[in-house]
Amino acid sequence: MGTRLRDMIRSIRACKTAAEERSVVAKECAVLRNAFKDNDQDYRHRNVAKLMFIHMLGYPTHFGQMECIKLIAAGSFPEKRIGYLGLMLLLDERQEVLMLVTNSLKNDLSHTNQFIVGLALCALGNICTAEMARDLAPEVEKLLHSNNSYIRKKAALCSVRIVRKVPDLVEYLTIPASGLLTDKHHGVLVSGVKLCTELCQANELALEHFRKHVSTMVRVLKNLVVSGYAPEYDINGITDPFLQIRLLRLLRLLGKNDADVSDIMSDILAQVATNTEGNKNAGNAILYECVQTIMAIEAIGGLRVLAINILGRFLANRDNNIRYVALNTLVKVVSVDTQAVQRHRATIVECVKDSDVSIRRRALELVCALVNETNVKVLTKELVEYLKVSVPEFKGDLTAKISGLVQKFAPNKQWYIDQMILLMVEAGQYVTSDVTRSLVVVISNANDLQSYTVRTLYRVFQAWDGQESLGQVTVWCLGEYGEMLVNSSNALEDEEPLTVTESDVVDVVESVLKDSRVTSTTVAFALTALLKLSSRFPVCADRIKALIFEYKGSVVLELQQRAIEFGSILTKHNDIKGALLERMPVLDEATYSAKHEMGVDGHHSTAAVASEPHANGHVKQPNGIGKQPVANSNLVDLLNFMDDQPSNPSLSSGDTLLDLLGDGPIGGGNSTVSSAKPSVGGADMLLDLLSLDGPSPPSTTPAVTPLAGLLDADPLSKIPLGNLSLDGGTPKGPPAVVDPFADLMSAPAPSSTPAPAPGFPSIVAMQTSGLKISFDFTKSPESPKTTIIKASYSNLSSNPFTDFVFQAAVPKFIQLQLEPATSASVLANSSNSVTQVIRVTNNAHGQKALVMKLRVSYKVNGQNMLEQGQVNNFPAGL
Amino acid sequence: MILASLIMNTQGKPRLTKFYEHLSVERQQEVLRAVYSVLSSRADNLCSFVESDDIFGPDTKLVYKHFATLYFVFVIDNAESELGILDLIQVFVETLDRCFKNVCELDIVHNFNKVHTILDEIVMGGQVVETSSAEVMKAVQDIWKLERVGDLNPANVKGIGHYRNSRS
Repeated sequence: MGTRLRDMIRSIRACKTAAEERSVVAKECAVLRNAFKDNDQDYRHRNVAKLMFIHMLGYPTHFGQMECIKLIAAGSFPEKRIGYLGLMLLLDERQEVLMLVTNSLKNDLSHTNQFIVGLALCALGNICTAEMARDLAPEVEKLLHSNNSYIRKKAALCSVRIVRKVPDLVEYLTIPASGLLTDKHHGVLVSGVKLCTELCQANELALEHFRKHVSTMVRVLKNLVVSGYAPEYDINGITDPFLQIRLLRLLRLLGKNDADVSDIMSDILAQVATNTEGNKNAGNAILYECVQTIMAIEAIGGLRVLAINILGRFLANRDNNIRYVALNTLVKVVSVDTQAVQRHRATIVECVKDSDVSIRRRALELVCALVNETNVKVLTKELVEYLKVSVPEFKGDLTAKISGLVQKFAPNKQWYIDQMILLMVEAGQYVTSDVTRSLVVVISNANDLQSYTVRTLYRVFQAWDGQESLGQVTVWCLGEYGEMLVNSSNALEDEEPLTVTESDVVDVVESVLKDSRVTSTTVAFALTALLKLSSRFPVCADRIKALIFEYKGSVVLELQQRAIEFGSILTKHNDIKGALLERMPVLDEATYSAKHEMGVDGHHSTAAVASEPHANGHVKQPNGIGKQPVANSNLVDLLNFMDDQPSNPSLSSGDTLLDLLGDGPIGGGNSTVSSAKPSVGGADMLLDLLSLDGPSPPSTTPAVTPLAGLLDADPLSKIPLGNLSLDGGTPKGPPAVVDPFADLMSAPAPSSTPAPAPGFPSIVAMQTSGLKISFDFTKSPESPKTTIIKASYSNLSSNPFTDFVFQAAVPKFIQLQLEPATSASVLANSSNSVTQVIRVTNNAHGQKALVMKLRVSYKVNGQNMLEQGQVNNFPAGL
Repeated sequence: MILASLIMNTQGKPRLTKFYEHLSVERQQEVLRAVYSVLSSRADNLCSFVESDDIFGPDTKLVYKHFATLYFVFVIDNAESELGILDLIQVFVETLDRCFKNVCELDIVHNFNKVHTILDEIVMGGQVVETSSAEVMKAVQDIWKLERVGDLNPANVKGIGHYRNSRS
């Protein structure tokens, strides 16, 4: 028969370890299971009570569910009470056992004892399902009219749950609910007002209905505020604050967007706002609610002033709870009346420094809402000052907000750069890579500030304390603009002169490189910076080479790879080194921010790969395209930079290629991830890059090969290794395909191509040993942006191509629509036998030329073939 | 609405847990641990509200009060007033105090199912049903009487809770 409940609790409490507790509970559960199995009726309710205790401690208790249902069906009150408690605690609405209880509930709802009805209503209000709600709604509705207030109030809240489960029942309950508004009993009023609120939120018609009852609600509220003294409901001299709060909330809902209704309630709101004593929590709770209602409805100006003043008082209150709700409300008010909130700015800024994280968070949010162009300098200064002393847990939030504000409201670029550097000095480890990335974009765009920036960075770097972001930005800037530091060019007026030698600069980069606190990403930045400096500081070339070579044996793949690749550039490719290591082209802010907005998820959609994108399985795709967002973004970057080319004719192609290295924070996701993934993309790119003067690697090479090749040893000597495709059995070897980068180098600038109007010449978009794809263009005069391309496929080999799939990718400014091909197989030795229509809309028509990446897969003699290339020779004007 | 009413002691042991939206037992324990770790790190002079977006989802808050060895915690969404809930906790604690004559942690531990009954008279399905401690007391005392009699025969319970509905 087991022990008493009290004894079980005592023995569980006596346990000294968790293991001990588990064993006591396990023993107890075994006894309970047996009792349940034996259908022990005498102690059933005691056993279920034990089970509830065990449940609270987090042990499984599902085996007791049926017992609850048996208890509910039993006759005595103690059994029913525990049965219902168990039902609410141990079961949930998803269990089918609940079906069995509907009938008991129905009986109990019409019981002659109010407490039995109360138990049933309470259980229903906690766990009823949609099905039960439908079945029992008539019983509950009947109880809304009961002459017993204990039952009416519970029936009202039960109806709230019913309406949530079955919104169709709103109409059915609207009339009885409005009846509750005139009830005399406070409990019924609290529940009834809640039910009305729920109905209004569920249904526009109900909202309209209750708008007609506003005067009733106003009267109830007035009684509470002015005359109604109800000692049982009095809290600190305030009559039933809960009811007042509920009423004010309902009025808020009704007055919103309805001037007439707002007008009816404005008198009582003014009365509540002026007459309520604000020296105790209960009074403040009402004022707080009243302010929110005034700000939400169509209130007149005077009332709003009253409300804002109350918030001002709240803000000055010594009670933290009151200050919290004040800040919480001001955040909502700031969009309605910024001026009024600005008046409290000083107090709000003080709250950012509060010792309570809840208050700090609210205050910070509010400060950010208050910042504008005129006060950004003052507020940023305050916040940065505070950043120095704030607790570490809060620095992340604070840093993110400050950098957001600085970015948004900076009056000029110099200030922006100064603030960001300051931020990186004070809280460098909390500055995210997004923030540093946009800083670099700004620096790259500010020609006249680059030398200033690099000098400032050099200065603050003397006190560098391992801040990741500061290290990254500094080495990036030194790599790009290091020579400005040595020349001391372009000094601003109030700047102190600075004398720096080449080796000082290399010292800085070396100190980052050798610092044990920084991640491999930062080391990679430093290596790239060294590579760039090697061409600018010939005096330090040997030292740089030695530094880079130290990483040839790095255990971090990314670093090892960079060191080896950079080493090759330094030793074997002096002819292209100069062009390769030129300064980065000015980064396009618009492109960057557009991409930035799209976020990481956007990468997939940016490459509009037509027809069954990635359907062939990610792993098989060469050059990392579509493999991962990282690789994918490289493709996008590639296309983006190509768009830039026509508009930046001064740039040499070397620059463009350098960007493709993905170095620095600008190259897409590459720099932020230091796993092996980005290096795959990078490797491909580099392999292609390096192969410029060697045999072009066939693009059919499976993605893993280039990486493997690189890992082996010096990539240059191994380039032909790239040909060792995994399906090396192909006797003919993969056909040589247009190398996208070679194409890029040799592509004639679109402007130099003669543009014969109105017709456009056909082009050969892709030609391999077996396949030729040519494009014919037509354009309708009414939509100059749109071009219809007819792609024709020719098979030059003596074997038919089957399962022929043509895919195309375009940069973001182009939209592409691919219609089905006329056939999926291209006959042997056929010419233009299969065609496919591509519809292209160039949204940057007239500014940027068309570019397209192609990918063609087909089968020859049962063997899968994959070709890809890039089309840069579109006629101008498309 | 109120998403959960919790009582736990200052060591993190749950003394009463009532969730008004379904959570699995494992999730409930996770939540209790998370709530405790938040509360135990807060000094007494700080405000009674903690945003709990990472525990209960967006726009949820813990409203809590610390009495002797116990935390009383209500988890609410933004359809409830923070200050109002503070008063509600006060009503709840006052009622417990009247029921148990100077309530202490041990009373709650051993009478947890009575405490559940009291709580159900104040909060039902996540909504406040009664805010008068006196009304709650009246109901609870009648319920105890019924509990002792056990029987529901109107003749034996001498009118405790017996009512006749005029409409039905």
